[in-house]
Amino acid sequence: MSTSERIQEIKARLAKLRAEELELESELVKLEGLNQREAAHVVKKDHLAPDDIRRYSRQLLVPEIGVQGQLKMQNAKVLIVGTGGLGSPCAMYLASMGIGTLGLIDHDVVDNSNLHRQIIHTEAARDVPKVVSAHTSLSRLNSSCRVVVHDVLLDSSNALDTMRGYDVVVDATDNAATRYLINDACVMLKIPLVSGSAVRLDGQLTVYNYNGGPCYRCLFPTPPPVETLSNCSETGVLGVVPGIIGCLEAMEAVKVITGKKQEEKPNMLLYSYTSQPHFRSIKLRPRKPSCAVCGDAPSITELVDYVAFCGSGPNDAAADLHILQDPSQRISCRQYSGVVHSGQPHVLLDVREKVQFDICQLPNSLNIPLADFDKRQQELTDIVAQANGRPIYALCRRGNDSQYAVQYIRNKLDYKECYDIVRGLLGWQADVDSEFPAY
Amino acid sequence: MSITVDVEFSGGLELIMKDKVRQATVSLPATADGKPTTVRQVILYVRDNLVADKPQLFSTENTVRPGVLVMINDSDWEVEGENDYQVQDKDKVLFISTMHGG
Ligand SMILES: [Zn+2]
Repeated sequence: MSTSERIQEIKARLAKLRAEELELESELVKLEGLNQREAAHVVKKDHLAPDDIRRYSRQLLVPEIGVQGQLKMQNAKVLIVGTGGLGSPCAMYLASMGIGTLGLIDHDVVDNSNLHRQIIHTEAARDVPKVVSAHTSLSRLNSSCRVVVHDVLLDSSNALDTMRGYDVVVDATDNAATRYLINDACVMLKIPLVSGSAVRLDGQLTVYNYNGGPCYRCLFPTPPPVETLSNCSETGVLGVVPGIIGCLEAMEAVKVITGKKQEEKPNMLLYSYTSQPHFRSIKLRPRKPSCAVCGDAPSITELVDYVAFCGSGPNDAAADLHILQDPSQRISCRQYSGVVHSGQPHVLLDVREKVQFDICQLPNSLNIPLADFDKRQQELTDIVAQANGRPIYALCRRGNDSQYAVQYIRNKLDYKECYDIVRGLLGWQADVDSEFPAY
Repeated sequence: MSITVDVEFSGGLELIMKDKVRQATVSLPATADGKPTTVRQVILYVRDNLVADKPQLFSTENTVRPGVLVMINDSDWEVEGENDYQVQDKDKVLFISTMHGG
């Protein structure tokens, strides 16, 4: 056998072993779930076993941790909501550092587009439930950490039961509705909440509901307008940014567990790749006596409908808008495909941001981002003049911005031969060309 | 008499500003209608002069929109009296949009 044949053989065998490992972990997760009542009875440790002393020696030597801190960590129960970009490193570090019980909540499966930032998951785990994939990585890292998985979509019907009994909750989610839900449940259950978020090249970190400090609602009593809500699949994020914030969430959880956090005043840490300095800490208000949930006379005493409250839920992609009322101003992706095939002369105007246009585009398309229409009106006027009665088709990622573009060209530039391609490139991938790399 | 105030945008607010500016120095009269200038006037100035094309992404009801924190010299404006805080020359006002991604 040649060297390269042997390499191929080893790789194939490893792939098989990895798949088998995930299958076994999946079964283990199920059985442990059935067994949970017995397992829930964990005996508190009052001293470190010799193996633990060796294993954690480097952190026992840190005076702020020491034996007492390590024991507190080994007796602690931390719940991480979300095993994505923030939850991955947070869970891995907490398990490695010797947290006794780690709860994980996630209801998603691993997707290829997760892997650049969700480092607890692997290529082999594609389409596997994230909690199973995370369980696999954590049992490799530290088999003495008790990992309890909750494969549920957290909502007001199950949040209190799922979260009860944990000493610290880590918010590692990606949407406003779940953030309000977790906050309110933490207030009701009197659990400190370590909260992080990361978008693009920026991150934010705060500990809520702790030591006289504010809760999330003290800071943000009213949810932001739906128009401002965005998540990673729409706006993008550099892989390491949630990694930075997720690691800091693990740090804050340790500080809460060991009690060192009590020495700090409420603050929010901001991280930004662009600003100088990269990190800054800002002082926050104390708990607000008038807060609707943690105040002196709270008006919210049980969990509410958070999707209705925020106008958008955990799985909501951007809504499909209906800006153009007249259906004759819109054509489907299939119809547009017909236009291309018949060779009918036309102009295809892609109105996405340049950074998106650079990722993928249809042949012969012109790119003027919608946001630049005013600035580049002369170019648009030239395009209209050259089109000279021939149709202009406006295109974007999902068919929202393209409708605004059609409105602009029809009304401001007074060119009526302008049409929207319904559902944009996502529709093109779904209905015309499944090989098209829509993102 | 006029005062200058450093304004800064974070958490994605910089993206809705003209030329996506993160920082700007704005000059305002020290008083308005005989009263000292407040941070509310700074907010309205930003809304009317720095926001690119969707003012509602920054401000509603003559203050910042829900989901935006205002920090005055690195402290939560809640402690300083929110909209009515009287801005001083060389104050630093930081606007932070809460982010939800992860
Ligand atoms: Zn509160």
